[in-house]
This record gives sequence, structure tokens and C-alpha cells, in this order.
Amino acid sequence: MDKDAYSSRKLASDQNKDILLSMEDISVSFYTHRGIVKAVRNLNLQIKKGETLALVGESGCGKSVTAHTINQLVPMPPGKIESGKVIFEGRNLLDLDDKEIASLRGDRISMIFQEPMTSLNPVFRIGDQIADVFMAHHDIKKDEAMEKTVKLLELVKIPAPERRIKDYPHQLSGGMRQRAMIAMALASPEPGLLIADEPTTALDVTIQAQILRLINELKQDINMSVLLITHDMGVVAETADKVIVMYAGRKMEEADVYSLFENPSHPYTQGLLNSLPSNKKYTNATRLEAIKGTIPDLLTIGNECPFENRCPHAMTVCRESFPDKTELADGHSVWCYFVDGKGKE
Amino acid sequence: MEKLLEVKNLKTYFTLKSDRIGSRPEVVKAVNDLSFDVNKGEILGIVGESGCGKSTLGKTILKLNHKTEGEILFKGSEIFDLNDKDLKDLRRKMQMVFQDPFSSLNPRKKVGSLLAQPMQIHKLGTKEEIDAKIDEIMKEVGINPVYKGRFPHQFSGGQRQRIGIARALMLNPEFIICDEAVSALDVSIQAQVLNLLLDLHDKYKFTYIFIAHDLAVVEFISTRILVMYLGKIVETAEKKELVGNHFHPYTKALFDAFPATDPKGRDERATVLMGDVPSPINPPSGCYFHPRCPRAMDKCKLEYPPLKEVSPGHKVACWLHE
Amino acid sequence: MNTEIKENTNKQSIEKNSLFKEALFQLKGNKSAIIGFIIIVGFILMAVLAPWLTPFEPNSQEISIRKTAPFVSSHILGTDDLGRDLLTRIIYGSRVSLIIGTISVGISLTFGILIGLISGYYGGWVDRIVMRFIDIMLAIPYVLLTIVIVALLGPSLVNAMIAIGVSQIPQYARVVRASVLAERENDYITAERSLGASNSELMFKSILPNSIAPIFVQATLGVGNAILSSAALSFLGLGAQPPTSEWGLMIASSREFVTSAWWIVTFPGVAVLLTVLGFNLLADGLRDVLDPRMKD
Ligand SMILES: Nc1ncnc2c1ncn2[C@@H]1O[C@H](COP(=O)(O)OP(=O)(O)OP(=O)(O)O)[C@@H](O)[C@H]1O
Ligand SMILES: Nc1ncnc2c1ncn2[C@@H]1O[C@H](COP(=O)(O)OP(=O)(O)OP(=O)(O)O)[C@@H](O)[C@H]1O
Ligand code: SF4
Ligand SMILES: [Mg+2]
Ligand SMILES: [Mg+2]
Repeated sequence: MDKDAYSSRKLASDQNKDILLSMEDISVSFYTHRGIVKAVRNLNLQIKKGETLALVGESGCGKSVTAHTINQLVPMPPGKIESGKVIFEGRNLLDLDDKEIASLRGDRISMIFQEPMTSLNPVFRIGDQIADVFMAHHDIKKDEAMEKTVKLLELVKIPAPERRIKDYPHQLSGGMRQRAMIAMALASPEPGLLIADEPTTALDVTIQAQILRLINELKQDINMSVLLITHDMGVVAETADKVIVMYAGRKMEEADVYSLFENPSHPYTQGLLNSLPSNKKYTNATRLEAIKGTIPDLLTIGNECPFENRCPHAMTVCRESFPDKTELADGHSVWCYFVDGKGKE
Repeated sequence: MEKLLEVKNLKTYFTLKSDRIGSRPEVVKAVNDLSFDVNKGEILGIVGESGCGKSTLGKTILKLNHKTEGEILFKGSEIFDLNDKDLKDLRRKMQMVFQDPFSSLNPRKKVGSLLAQPMQIHKLGTKEEIDAKIDEIMKEVGINPVYKGRFPHQFSGGQRQRIGIARALMLNPEFIICDEAVSALDVSIQAQVLNLLLDLHDKYKFTYIFIAHDLAVVEFISTRILVMYLGKIVETAEKKELVGNHFHPYTKALFDAFPATDPKGRDERATVLMGDVPSPINPPSGCYFHPRCPRAMDKCKLEYPPLKEVSPGHKVACWLHE
Repeated sequence: MNTEIKENTNKQSIEKNSLFKEALFQLKGNKSAIIGFIIIVGFILMAVLAPWLTPFEPNSQEISIRKTAPFVSSHILGTDDLGRDLLTRIIYGSRVSLIIGTISVGISLTFGILIGLISGYYGGWVDRIVMRFIDIMLAIPYVLLTIVIVALLGPSLVNAMIAIGVSQIPQYARVVRASVLAERENDYITAERSLGASNSELMFKSILPNSIAPIFVQATLGVGNAILSSAALSFLGLGAQPPTSEWGLMIASSREFVTSAWWIVTFPGVAVLLTVLGFNLLADGLRDVLDPRMKD
């Protein structure tokens, strides 16, 4: 049944009305006193209603910045959105004023932040913080909001929630803080889009499995779309419908999840899957096959393929310009000269 | 084998203030009667449920928390009995890499001063020596030394964690506790850092306690693994033994819940360990795992099973292996 | 060795500089802060340049020109009941106010920070005792507390400064303690402790710099408050003594002429009002810039 629903959704995919969020040609830079950090460059992405799009990639490649561009949480200055549009339910979010954006945030667009400690206020009890979100979006009294808060904390599997609502953030373990954050995001009324920035990083696997299932259920119940940001290929494999692999601010590969794992085509994606410690081949190994080197400096980066300095297949042309899109199959595209074959000439 | 660290019947409890007047204050038994040794040169991996007390254990070992009971002997001497000077000296030898790369770096300090701080605190080296060391370590953890002048908030999560590791390496410690040190890193860097930690281990014969929720990581890096549940050890064994031959139902659940890196057949794969995580304030009777355990028996509800050796070095706390 | 230390402090001042610059940069866009800033700069310039701004002496009396109305003679704001030039006295009054503001805030800051830091950092029974004591002090109305302290020490300008400074300590201690409590739980403090940093290093080098923003706001607000309080104390005869040109005292000693010579009371009053307003505006702007969380 699931598969059918997925493919029927896929058929309808060409119709624009199915698209909830579309980012077009987004570039975001940070103007620091050392120079301009090009955090995201010419990024295009689309999320359909009820779909989970996973954004994976190297740390610092601009995933959070992309997410923050959607609900305009990029600190400006030093940040600046250089170009592009963010179309959400027919409106370009970049044209909205602060008030309109604020009313979307936590209402139609909910967010689970990557940094639980910086988004939970250390001096307020977590119960009060979540209840505040309820009271901001519904016309209800404190008591009722507290009751709902307890239910929510139960939902995200925080033990003894009636007692935990009285705790301050530092009294919770890392994983519990993360779950409190998730509860806070879920306190808003029926979000159309849930942005989940590394939602399960601090969780152990059994709870992770439960939370991912919870997000999936919510997604089906209210036809919510999810932008899932993660570095965990396991999480991607379990939950995503579509995947975008990012690297140093650029989109490198885009595919539906089955196609990506079956046929990873970008040298970076291949390296990524190869360096997973869970890979069968490491059962008796003493070292992992890490991708050598580090990400290029986003301050000085030019128009070359950003992976060029680490890529085992790098050619001269890779150093000259960023490759165009190569469509390998329906919905599976890659930005690489090596796959393209052009560079071989 | 030389024992570097001995933990004996360690307990760390937190008392939560209660709001109601007259009600008894509640006690969180974060670390509840743990005993284990860490041998020199060993990498002890600790896995377990979120909130089961792994970080508390790590912090207590470094005397960053109080302890309620028990002994922590580092090279034979009790850490909690040391005077201030000896403790400061000891801190050079024992380092910690923290779980949260966002709050573990002072936001007002540039990377250069963050990394200089350990040597300044211990009054080691001239300014030039410290500078040279910083450059060397930054390169070693894969961050370009030109970023010395940046503040932590100007780095992404993974980059910050590498700064945290670099800071721990500044004092050439013997013993490092890595608390979820790679969980915020993405895989290509995670692989490098794991390789780096292993290189450092080979080169300097460091001893690690490696805390992580990622079983694959622990499985790869450790020589011995300790599985915790609600402040207690449920199973411990040499890595190979534990991976190939684990007994405890919770250990099994952990291995099962691990997401496979392959989306094929994910909809059929539905064995999620359900049930609520019990509260360490009010743990269940008997075996703490029994409310979630698929194989729980009557006896499990009544009495906590002892940690028994089932084969040399392999201990399990489960009534199934009485 | 010596040069090493110098270079170190140098480095730190650069760091602080860049943060400071960033704040200044943002302040530029904040209207109320700019207005406040201009008023305060004007006030400080007036205090510093007093002798060059006016040809008259603040205390030279001339019976023949008593109660000259403003804007009719070379005494622009008129003269008071003893024939002293009002503008001159107001200008010199700014000196007194500036000194009162800085010294009393200095007193509150020093002790407030110390008490707040220690109480917040150590927690436990230290904190409980300190906070109870502070609660008691806060329960006494601030004006009453100041008056009691001055009454104990005897009325004089210096004692007024001490009284204002001391009676404000609880406010500062509370602000400091609150931000210390928030900072203390951050992992970076644990991390630095694990490196071997001592309690005083942690308190003064790590926690304090991270909690300075709300303290800074409070201090700016405090200068305005202190000026107002000293005016009040002088008005009651507990602060500056005649013939000091202190604004509060000027108002007090001309009370009886409110109907016959309105300017003698009004202009010193306006001076107090403007200055306090200036500090409050700047404090508000600083709060917006330094600590967005404090806004609501
Ligand atoms: N406020 C800022 N000032 C300057 N540079 C910034 C700022 N915020 C982000 N950056 C830079 O933008 C780039 C993208 O950062 P981002 O936080 O989006 O990374 P990420 O993909 O979320 O990484 P991670 O997985 O580690 O969280 C990074 O190189 C980072 O250094
Ligand atoms: N300072 C404290 N005061 C009260 N309770 C605390 C304190 N620190 C930790 N705890 C409690 O102790 C228990 C263990 O916490 P700890 O942080 O050690 O868990 P953990 O195993 O590291 O979990 P995670 O994997 O989620 O980080 C939790 O129930 C937590 O709420
Ligand atoms: S474009 Fe060139 S350098 Fe970039 S990934 Fe492809 S082959 Fe490697
Ligand atoms: Mg991020
Ligand atoms: Mg932890």
C-alpha cells in the first residue's frame, strides 16, 4: 500500500499544485570581516505535499543555512540572501515582512533545531516553554496548555513527563533535550512543513527508531511534508522519499532514495557510503576508508567543483568550472564530469 | 595487563528539588552501582539508552560531578581524595571531549585562545611553543590553522567538535573520555576522526573510554564494549564476543534497531523496541528492562539479576543466563 | 616573560574590541539609542567643559539682579533668588551629577558583581543566605533604604553617593546572579574545569565576560537612576548642601518661588529629566543590541 501511494504521488509529481515548497536558485553568503563565505550556491529544491526530502552532506556544507533560509532565521547581517526565491504555498517567503514570517513560523512551518541547548532557554522550566508555544497558537489557558504539554512529552517518550515539566533544560540528558525540542515543534497546529535539523543525532537507536516512526505517522496523518537534515545515511535509508546530497554549498546528487543507495553516482556519495563504519566490509578492519582531505574554504572557493581536491577521479575540467546537471534516470541527477563522460575526452 | 582505572560500586545520585512542601525529594539514580576496570591502552566503548547515565559516569570519573558512593581509582589512587594541586596535575592526564559541540566551547573565545587555554592554565610552554602546538594539533584534527582567529559560532557543528578534540589533545593526555565525540560529525569526517583517534591510540598508547549511541561506531573502534541500561551494566565483553555472541535481550534490541544503510524492504522491517523508557527516578521493580523485554519471566519482575560471568570476560545481568 | 604577558593582554583587547565594534555597528541603526547617546555626550561635554561654557561663576551672588527672568538679559536662563546665573549653575550641576552617577554605580557594580558571581557560582547554602539577605533588602522601598543609610551616615554629598550605591547593590547582584546561573550550566564551563581551571578563573574569565551584557544595561540605567536619586536626596536636604550647585538642591531651595519665578524650579528639573531620559534611552538601545532575549 505504501509503495502504491508513493508511486501515485510520483505520477502526480509533474503537477505544480503538489509542490509545497520550492527553492529556486538560492544563494546565501555571510559577510564576515575576513571576506564573503559562500554558504549556499544556486540551490534548487522542491518538496511535495506529504513527502520527506532528506538533505545530507558534509558538515558545514550549508544544510542548516538552507533550512534557515526558508523561515528566515539566517542572521542578517552577516548573512545575506544573494539570489533566489522560496515559494511556499504560492508565496515567495523572501518578500514577506517580519510579521508575516513570524506568523508562519511555528504555525505552517515548524522547526526542530540542531542546537537543543541554544534553542531551549536555560532559565525556564521546559514545561513552561512548551506550554508557551501552545498558548501562542491556541486560545487556551495555562492549565490546559500544561496538560497538552504533558501529553506531548509522553508522545516523544520522555519518562515521567508530569515531573519532568518542572525541570530546567540542564537537568535533562542530551537526548531528552532533543525530544523536548521535538515536542516544542509539534506544539504548533498542523504544520504543513516540518523542518527537522538533525532531529535524532543525540538519540540512541531504539528511541531514534520510535521518533522517526512518530514523525512518519504524523506525516501521514496530516499530510505534512518533512525536510529532514541529517548526516546519518541509516536515517536517510529508513525515512526519506527523496534525497539531496550537498557538498560545500552545492547540490551534487539528487535521487529518490532507492535509486541513490542502489546506484550512488557522484564520487562524493560513493565515498560517503564507503566510509560508514556499519558497512559490512569493516567487520575486521583496523581503519575506515575515509575520504581524504577537508572541505575547501568557503571564503576563497571559486567556480570549480568543490569536491575536486578530494575526488579520486578529478580531472582538469573539474578545476575549471562546476559541471552541469546530468540526468541518469527519471529523477536521478548528478553534477559531475566523471559521470557525464565529457571530461574524459 | 596494567589497570589504569578501577571503578568500584560507583553511585552518582541527583536529588531533585520537589515543589510540594513536605513531599520527599526525588532521587535520580543516574549511575547505580557500577564496577569495571579500564586497562592501559584499551578502548572501552560504552553504549546505552539516552539518559542511562553515560555522560554522568564520564563526568564523575573526571570529578566533574559529585559521587554518592564507591571508588574511582586512577593508577591506584582515589580521585576524590586528591588535594587541589594533585587534582590539577591529574587533569593534565585525563581529558574529555564533550557531547554538545555547541555549548562546550566558550562563545567569547577565539579558537586560538580556546586551544591556548589548557597550556596557559598549566603554565606550560612559551607563547611561541603554544602557537606551534596549536598549529600542529589543528592540522592533526583537520582544521586549517588560518581559522585561529575565528569564534566558535563561525564554525559548523562538525568543525566545532574537532576543535573540542583538538583542545583535549593540547595537553598530551594519557586517558581521554570521548562523550559522543563523533555523533555530531558526518560520516566522511567521522571516519577521519575515528581513524585519527585510532592513530593517536597507536602512536601515544592513549586509553579511551568511548561513549556513543551509535553502535556501529562503538563496534568499530572499541576493544571492549559495555552496555548500560538505566544506570546499570547489563552486558560487557570483548568486542568480538559481544558482537557475535550477545545474550542480553536489550543488547539484542540495540543491534536490531540499528538502521540498515539500505532502504530496500524498510517497510517490512518493523521490529522497533517499543515501550516507554522507564524513569531513573522510579525504576521498575526487578530487572529494569523487564517492562520492555520480549522474554521477561515472572522472576524478572521481582529481583534484579546479578552481573554474572558467562565466559571469561563476558558478563551478563539477565535471569535467562542464571 | 614580560613581553609575553603584554602580547596576551593585547590579544584580548582586540577580541573585546571586535565584539564592541559589532555592538556599536548595530547601535547605529537604533534611533532611541542614538538620541540617548547624544544627550549623554552633551551632558558629559557640559560637565567637562563647564568653565569654558559660561562667563559666570556658579556661586557669585548679585542681589541687584535677583530673579531675573530668562531670555531677557545676558543671563540666558535668568537668575535665582540670590542673583546667581541659573544656566551656569545647571552646567556646574552636571559635574556633580556625573560624579554621583559614576561613583555610586561603581560602588553598586563592584559589590553587585562580586556578590552575584559568588552566590550564583557556588549555589547551595551560600546562595540561599545571600539571596535571603538580598530579598530582605529589596523588600525595603529603595528610597527609604537610601534615606536610612544617609541618616545613619549623616547628610552630605559623599554619603549620598555611598547610600545610593549601596542601596542599589541588591538589584545588580540579582541581575548578575541570574546570568551566572544561565552560563554556569553550559558545557564549556565543565570543559574548562576539566582542563584544570580554578574557580576564580572560571568565575572571572569565563562566566563574567559571558554575562556582561545585562550588567552593562543595568549599569547604564543605574547612572540615570543615581542622578535622579541624588536629586531627590538633595531635595530632602540629605544630599548636597548649599551652596553646591546640585540640581535637586536647586529645585528644593527655590520651591517657594514656583509661582513668582517659575524658571528657577523648572530649568534644573528639565536638566534632571533630560539626563535621566538620555541614560534610559541608551540602556534600552543597548538591551536590544546586546541581549535580544531580554526584550520581552
Ligand atoms: N553566522 C555565521 N557567520 C559566518 N559564517 C557562517 C555563519 N553561520 C554559518 N556560517 C558558515 O556557513 C557554512 C554553512 O553552515 P551550516 O551551519 O549551514 O552547515 P551545516 O551543513 O548545517 O553543517 P553541520 O552538519 O555541521 O551542522 C559553514 O561553512 C559556516 O562556517
Ligand atoms: N545535574 C543534574 N541534576 C539532576 N539530574 C541530572 C543531572 N544531570 C543528569 N541528570 C539525570 O541523570 C540521568 C542520566 O543523565 P546523563 O546525561 O548521564 O545521560 P546519558 O546517558 O549521557 O544520556 P544521553 O545519551 O541522552 O546523553 C538523566 O535522567 C538525567 O536527567
Ligand atoms: S566533477 Fe570532477 S572532481 Fe567533482 S566529483 Fe566529479 S569527477 Fe570529482
Ligand atoms: Mg547544521
Ligand atoms: Mg550524554
